[in-house]
Amino acid sequence: MSTMDTSNLTIETLRQMFEQGKRFDGRSLKDYRPITVEHNVSNKAEGSTRVRIGKTEVLAGVKLQVGAPYPDSKDKGNLMVSGDLLPLASPRFESGPPGFNAIELPRLVDRAIRESGMIDFKKLVITGEKVWTVIIDVFPINDDGNLIDAATIAASVALKDATFPGLDKDNNVDYHIKTQNKLPLSKETFPVSISFYKLGSSLFLDPTREEEEAAEARITFGISLWNGQNMINSCQKRGAKPLSRAEVESMMPILLEKQIYLNEKLKKFL
Amino acid sequence: MALKREDGRKASDLRPMQAKVGVVPNADGSAIFTFGDTIAIAAVYGPKQLHPQHMQDPSTGILRCNYDLLSFSVSDRKKPGPSRRSQELSKMTQWALEPALDLEGFPNTVIDVEVQIIQADAGTRTAGINAAALALAHAGVPMRNLVCAVAIGKLDKDIVVDLDKSEEDFEGGEGPTDFPVAKLANTDQYTLLQLDGKIQPERVKEVLSFADESCAKIYEIQKKALKEALGE
Repeated sequence: MSTMDTSNLTIETLRQMFEQGKRFDGRSLKDYRPITVEHNVSNKAEGSTRVRIGKTEVLAGVKLQVGAPYPDSKDKGNLMVSGDLLPLASPRFESGPPGFNAIELPRLVDRAIRESGMIDFKKLVITGEKVWTVIIDVFPINDDGNLIDAATIAASVALKDATFPGLDKDNNVDYHIKTQNKLPLSKETFPVSISFYKLGSSLFLDPTREEEEAAEARITFGISLWNGQNMINSCQKRGAKPLSRAEVESMMPILLEKQIYLNEKLKKFL
Repeated sequence: MALKREDGRKASDLRPMQAKVGVVPNADGSAIFTFGDTIAIAAVYGPKQLHPQHMQDPSTGILRCNYDLLSFSVSDRKKPGPSRRSQELSKMTQWALEPALDLEGFPNTVIDVEVQIIQADAGTRTAGINAAALALAHAGVPMRNLVCAVAIGKLDKDIVVDLDKSEEDFEGGEGPTDFPVAKLANTDQYTLLQLDGKIQPERVKEVLSFADESCAKIYEIQKKALKEALGE
């Protein structure tokens, strides 16, 4: 893979192809690449997953720690999502303090999961002073576009897989004791991210690296089922190109369709 | 409407707004914008030559935004310096404003927009964007349009505009949803769209209608503040 930026010529070609509804790899503009999920990819983690969308690969791991509740939510456990864009995964990623993209990725995963109601935070309380902190880390292993949608799937599956470690008599974690107890999760709620990208007047999903770099704007939605209804839980637009009202409204039916599609595709892995 | 707002506002009522330009004498442009108890101040410096040189763009000037909360502006003191949240919102502010600017006449330059929240009671990023748009206009930066921003909320099933902090902490039903929006004034072009909470996809267009109505009011306040600065 070249370290060079996507050329203006490629961007122009993509713009023209998108207008005709075509892509280099033959997909339609709203198609996802094949998605696969592997479980338990790192056995010290309480839950861990590898998700591939096409050539994009992301690992997510869940660690559980005992800690103090936040002062403003004493009756709830905590969630932290972090991660980094490792130089391992792309010639475009550099070591050093996190840039905007490295900050944004875990924050988007965090909000999609936190706001969905998937985790029952009240059931993460151990005693008055001790609660479970759920820490999800997401690390891309190969970036070929659409890291965010892959990372949210990886995080959601890793949460589903995670089991509590044991506690000693003082309610401190003993990672040598394994339990079969799963996290307090809603059965119906499985948050996914669906990101629309815009180039010219075309909207497309699941871009490759090249397509993502050509895009002038992106909007990511976190969506999940909650009390029998599909709910958007998070949304964030990026890029300086505005989105029109008609464009935003046209995304809504596609969002519902893709939410069902992703849940259906992922069912066999859960 | 089922829901009664604590401060007696109707669903479509914004909090009282104030706007004033020319509040930082050192800056090329500056403004204060308030939504109720939320106070944002913005200052613009530039266009000025961008250093280091390799960041310069010979085809256009560039915009750089910084948003942050003053340490004492929130109940639990915020540690001074950039947080992940403030870095994200700085970028959101930049993207919200950029489409309104025409910087091709200022190659190799940068315009710095500094936004600080003096007092926070929800809606800080949108108050910051309103102040920043005013400060850019006050600085005389060529603009295609003003940018207006507002946070639309949903409390359980009710859509309301411009949540305050007590409403943001609402519990029950479908919970609180915070949906900050910015747009180019009097257009259907949205430059900031963010959301946290729970909303049915089919209700997004209602939110956009509330945002349009609110932004029209904000635009009037912004225009008035700019005219006042010109002594009209």
